[in-house]
Amino acid sequence: MSFITKGLTGLRDWVDDRFPLMTLWNDHMGAYYAPKNFNFWYYFGVLSLVVLVIQIVTGIWLVMNYKPDATLAFASVEYIMRDVNWGWLIRYMHSTGASFFFIVVYMHMFRGLLYGSFKQPRELIWILGMFIYLSLMAEAFFGYLLPWGQMSFWGAQVITSLFGAVPVVGEQLAELIRGDYVISDITLNRFFSFHVIALPFAIAGLVVLHIIALHEVGSNNPDGVEIKKLKDKDGKPLDGIPFHPYYTVKDSVGVVVFLMFFASVVFFAPEMGGYFLEANNFIPADPMKTPLHIAPVWYFTPFYSILRANTYPFFGVDAKLWGVIFMGLGTMVFFLLPWLDRSPVKSIRYRGGIYKSALAIFVVAFVVLGYLGILPPTPGRTLTAQIFTVVYFLFFALMPLYTKWDKTKPVPERVTH
Amino acid sequence: MSETAVDLDRRRFLTGTAVVIGGIGAATAAVPFIASFQPSARAKAIGAPVEVDISTIEVGQRVTYKWRGKPVWVLRRTPEQLDALKGGNGPVLGDPDSVKSEQPAFAVNAWRSLKPEYLVLVGVCTHLGCSPSFRPLPDADTGADWKGGFFCPCHGSKFDLAGRVFAGVPAPTNLVVPPYKFLSDTRILIGESDGGKS
Amino acid sequence: MKTFIFALCLMGCAGLVSANEGGPVLLESHANLDSKINLQRGARTFVNYCLSCHSASYMRYSRLIDDLGLTKEVVEKNLMFTTDKIGDPMQVAMKPVDAEAWFGVPPPDLSVIARARGADWLYSFLLGFYKDEKRPTGVNNLYFPTTAMPAVLSRLQGVQVLKTAAEGEAAHGEGHAGHSGPTLELAMPGTQSPEEYAATVRDLVSFMVYLGEPAKLVRYKIGFWVLAFLFVLFISTYLLKKEYWKDVH
Repeated sequence: MSFITKGLTGLRDWVDDRFPLMTLWNDHMGAYYAPKNFNFWYYFGVLSLVVLVIQIVTGIWLVMNYKPDATLAFASVEYIMRDVNWGWLIRYMHSTGASFFFIVVYMHMFRGLLYGSFKQPRELIWILGMFIYLSLMAEAFFGYLLPWGQMSFWGAQVITSLFGAVPVVGEQLAELIRGDYVISDITLNRFFSFHVIALPFAIAGLVVLHIIALHEVGSNNPDGVEIKKLKDKDGKPLDGIPFHPYYTVKDSVGVVVFLMFFASVVFFAPEMGGYFLEANNFIPADPMKTPLHIAPVWYFTPFYSILRANTYPFFGVDAKLWGVIFMGLGTMVFFLLPWLDRSPVKSIRYRGGIYKSALAIFVVAFVVLGYLGILPPTPGRTLTAQIFTVVYFLFFALMPLYTKWDKTKPVPERVTH
Repeated sequence: MSETAVDLDRRRFLTGTAVVIGGIGAATAAVPFIASFQPSARAKAIGAPVEVDISTIEVGQRVTYKWRGKPVWVLRRTPEQLDALKGGNGPVLGDPDSVKSEQPAFAVNAWRSLKPEYLVLVGVCTHLGCSPSFRPLPDADTGADWKGGFFCPCHGSKFDLAGRVFAGVPAPTNLVVPPYKFLSDTRILIGESDGGKS
Repeated sequence: MKTFIFALCLMGCAGLVSANEGGPVLLESHANLDSKINLQRGARTFVNYCLSCHSASYMRYSRLIDDLGLTKEVVEKNLMFTTDKIGDPMQVAMKPVDAEAWFGVPPPDLSVIARARGADWLYSFLLGFYKDEKRPTGVNNLYFPTTAMPAVLSRLQGVQVLKTAAEGEAAHGEGHAGHSGPTLELAMPGTQSPEEYAATVRDLVSFMVYLGEPAKLVRYKIGFWVLAFLFVLFISTYLLKKEYWKDVH
């Protein structure tokens, strides 16, 4: 036994002389001190990483049998579902993983809003995270075309048509993206390339940067206290514990619980009532016939609602362009959070009632907009969407004011449990 | 941090248990991914047994069919050719009794076939996968005392008219006999024998 | 052009709702995949009645052997056309061009129709044919008005006629309160009683649900074991976490 241990230690030292193995390990795991008071919300970072791995592995396997050709794509997905051994499981893991990716990422982002994780000195972590989020949206959008069902086709048709709203060059821009006058085999091929090569690379790279930046400044925590301020005589944060073994064992529990939810959907409800896999996408794409009701997949619906809520041509600019502008702003505005928030405290625990109410109202607006985006609009629903679109943007627009007015509580020196 | 005594044995045990159970889980999760590499239902359907009509094959003629993407030969041997296989004065063979070679049990005989007249072979050289050519008569490649057989142009392996490999050539074993059976006197099913599917 | 398509999509969302919203309430199919006997019956109905015009081209006959508990001989004799091989997909004999000429639209492939339409819709549709001389097929459908499909199963079901809401209420009196809208009545019985026919269609729809996703037969069972395993792993990791976190005060 000791012989094996000796051999392994020798190998490690041999590598370490030529590669910063132990330095990397210590910087990111063994001697990375994380606050000891992480709660429920702090699982979603590692869970995002887990889903990313699931998506990459299942994706590699799907590409082995998928055919990015408009005449073959739909059939090749059914081929995976039936003829390939275990193909159905790999495909369901991937389709379920797409939705779970957004669930965990939205939770992860909400954690940031709760505990002020975007605030100084973590602005860059937040910005890198936002780039991951945008890449993820693009990744999901490109991937959704690949099954070549009716929703794939018409969803892509609508989204690429959005670019047609850009003044002057819009139409040419939309054609440039599609490579054709409508979504076609050409579009499918390039979306496939983006989905399986370009964006996975981008996302993986951004994730590495996100984690490096985090481990440079250190993790925030539910109290919003900087643990690096108070250190013991060895220079270790008083409220910090090494990531390994403490958070590796704790995150393992979180990952297992997550996998239970994930497996429940994969095995028992892969369609998730039509939200994860839409019924209309089991009809092959037909460029001659739009489905009666098209809605994007659930994770895009809040922004889709904002798009549809713009029905009035303010200042002579047509409503379609306003829709695109506000939808764009609705996603981009998160980039500004570190500078919009003027509160002296980070965590919601020490903020006053105004921020708490504002955040609660924002969450309601986000959920209501998301729900409305699933439904076909009626005049009543459009009005509701308009009201909540205004609420959505007021959360950001008024933030510099209300975070300054808000009465805060004193932040303790040390973290609490 | 550790003011209370740490029970190292318990930690080691719990860590070991978690690693073992997690490892079993990871290994099990890998099974579907590896199993998905096996031939799919479509590949199996395409590679299904092939029924061929041999009534039109003339004596001495070889016909090639396709089974699982590979050439399968059916050769109708002449009585002289069969006599030559039985005779002990032929070339030195690498595996005359088909001990090391792949064939259904019914083909372990001097003709390597179910009915002596008809030879059914997978036309792929057992050396490196080229397809040998049918040489019923002697030529420059085969030498003058050639009694008919198969010659692989890639690396010069030689086989007799039962697909048995010559000694001293690169190919290690006799040509493979696929499972097959006679549905009638004139119809063969390649890919399935009465002993079961291959 | 693209602006137009975009506008069309938005209008589509604005003006229209899914196929059955506002239409008659769908009947409940109670389709289930638990009984192999019922699935076999459904398969027979499917092959005898549907497969003459519709294909199920993603489904291979050979799959029916294991999934429905049949032997190769039974599948070859009873469920396949003589020219098909056991590994072939369930193709239709009719050419799509002919089909289009006869029906106006090519009959859709039925492999995943149950996933697109839903079991209840299929069940309602197959129960919803009624006599309508104005249609080229002589029939119309309560759940899919002006469908191009003829009443293929009418020999079994018989002929139904449409009763308006008022007629329906007059005929049934009370007990139908709240159930507004037209109803169907059997005018000429078929070879099966209404109950037998409903059971036939239920089996057929169950088979089509299976056809849409053959993995459905196994994934619940596998899922149970996966969750059971994860629960054990949860206990193991939870104890490990508890043990290590004794250090943290």
